[in-house]
Amino acid sequence: MHLRDSITNSLKQKEILLMTHIVLGYPSFEDNRRVVEQMVANGVDLIEMQIPFSEPVADGPVIIKANQDSLTSGTKVKDCLDFAREMCAQHPIPFLFMTYYNIVFKYGLKRFLSKAEQIGIKGLIIPDLPPEEGQEYLSLAKEHSISAIQIFAPTSTEERMQTLSSHADGFIYCVARRGVTGSQTSFDKEFNNYIDRCKANTELPLAVGFGISDKNDVEELRGKAEIAVIGSATIRLVDSEGPEAVGPFIKGLR
Amino acid sequence: MKNTNGYYGEWGGAFIPEVLFETFKEFNAAFTEVKADPSFWQEYCDLMGTYSCRPTPLTHAENLSRIFGGAQIYIKREDLNHTGAHKANNVMGQGLLVKRMAKTRVIAETGAGQHGVATATMAAKFGFDCTIYMGEEDVMRQRPNVFWMEKLGAEVIPVTSGSKTLKDAINAAFRDWVTNMDNTHYVMGTVCGPHPFPEVVAWFQSIIGIEAKEQILKQFGKLPAKVYACVGGGSNAMGIFQGFLDSRHVELIGVEAGGKGIATGQHAARLAESGGSAGVAQGYKTMFLQDEDGQMKDTHSVAAGLDYVGVSPILTDLWQNGRVRFDSATDDEVMAALEKTMRKEGIIPALESSHAFVSAFKEAGQLQPDEAIIINMSGRGDKDIFTIANAFNDPSWKKFIIERGKEYASS
Ligand SMILES: Cc1ncc(COP(=O)(O)O)c(C=O)c1O
Repeated sequence: MHLRDSITNSLKQKEILLMTHIVLGYPSFEDNRRVVEQMVANGVDLIEMQIPFSEPVADGPVIIKANQDSLTSGTKVKDCLDFAREMCAQHPIPFLFMTYYNIVFKYGLKRFLSKAEQIGIKGLIIPDLPPEEGQEYLSLAKEHSISAIQIFAPTSTEERMQTLSSHADGFIYCVARRGVTGSQTSFDKEFNNYIDRCKANTELPLAVGFGISDKNDVEELRGKAEIAVIGSATIRLVDSEGPEAVGPFIKGLR
Repeated sequence: MKNTNGYYGEWGGAFIPEVLFETFKEFNAAFTEVKADPSFWQEYCDLMGTYSCRPTPLTHAENLSRIFGGAQIYIKREDLNHTGAHKANNVMGQGLLVKRMAKTRVIAETGAGQHGVATATMAAKFGFDCTIYMGEEDVMRQRPNVFWMEKLGAEVIPVTSGSKTLKDAINAAFRDWVTNMDNTHYVMGTVCGPHPFPEVVAWFQSIIGIEAKEQILKQFGKLPAKVYACVGGGSNAMGIFQGFLDSRHVELIGVEAGGKGIATGQHAARLAESGGSAGVAQGYKTMFLQDEDGQMKDTHSVAAGLDYVGVSPILTDLWQNGRVRFDSATDDEVMAALEKTMRKEGIIPALESSHAFVSAFKEAGQLQPDEAIIINMSGRGDKDIFTIANAFNDPSWKKFIIERGKEYASS
């Protein structure tokens, strides 16, 4: 099923969806497996799987370290693709890849997208590939029925949001604030204005991420966005309490 | 050096996170405006003339020329710039741009520390707040420069992620920028990064080539046969090359860090020995030292300023088109060339610059005495005193350090 349709279906049963983030190979693929299992069992609706890159420029300290440790332990792109194939076959929710452009570029755009389609991946998030640089990527993604997720930022003007929106598919990822992943976001008037602007400039569901870490944050987003994105929070949890802590944490979010 | 929408041939571009889109638009607009305004370039030249010892001289290295028995060797003395390297050109230029854009804070990355010192100096002069990101490894290698940055009023943040060198400092600076773009300009230190950085830095550094061409014509009476420059990111090379790009018979040679030898894998030769491959990282497309998955490799050079995984997209284009030849010099060759230059000319080049000397020395003898070559001496070597003393294994220096250490320990 196309990403957009899965989201629409899920929204019939739930008011707000949860998307979580894992870094592949961190702490290990075995732990990834257990974490994903618990996420799915406890009501996560979408999972973005980050293929680690040595230069994760848009990420904060928690995810940088996860990327680095994963690579140090020997994670290869091939391992990530194999793992993703297993997850897509095993779990009934949409999986997305998140990575930086060089990983896709080096693998070969065409080859990567057809591989991703084959595996069952529904969407791709590439934070360092604006649509101006990604013409070929955008058309290949369409060809392979993979949603090339576009990103809105608080600094995006109306005009820019329109441009991004015209290339968008699946949902729009709204970066909640300036800066990198991991630190707290405040849900103030400025934030609400921003979300209103996002809504006004796209037909697609909104996923809000960067700094969403607990039940309160998810509550704040209810009625404003369709998807709450939990990133660094679960990585921190796995670091401090192990993969088993993820289930109860996810259960407590909604 | 034709630029089409931020691309030099197939290299360059602006692979930036969305949050910086407007920042780059504003930066681009400000740069386009000043580039078209001759009074801005004049203001820049005046500033460099009164604050930074420009024009820097072109020195005829008579002793070295005699020793190698070939071409007349000329040295473009960027070491005589304020703060001791060509970095000052770019930094003061971007400082004037920051003033135009009415921002109040600058950030920068630094490898050798020269760009950091230059940025801190500029910030002090213009009254900007200043934060410098520097790989932890480089903080240790280039301690004297850290001292100066701090004394000039900058905050130096050691970067502990990745390989703890220049590329990681660049990532850290981008991370700061995506949070603070409203009041902050990122003073990129070399001809790399997302468009328009390569063009901006190349433009300010072109002052080197403009002067060098005029000087060699005046002092030697004709253009040089060859021009040598070391290449980290490529800014000093692009700077001097621009004076000669259109003179097709002047051969341009970029010298990369051969480190412990290309075969050891411990080097930073991206173009010279086909060590690199096409990739997109840190906001632009160029040849990077990376593995088959696209992960950046660790690099090595005795010169912190050359220890970088990427290279200017402009140089990659010029290399691809055969306009610039690339060569590499090993750490050992660099130390030998440095020693020779000190002893014979009384000039102390930076370890980075010494790479250019290595290739020039190898090839000078193949030319005739009525021909000239120019070596761009990007910076002075006194910043490298710890590394150089180590390499020379100088006993009295060691004794001095040990005694100083004891003094500090007991006080
Ligand atoms: C003295 C000196 N030369 C050369 C370089 C290399 O940079 P680029 O290739 O941009 O000139 C550096 C960088 O720090 C430097 O300090």
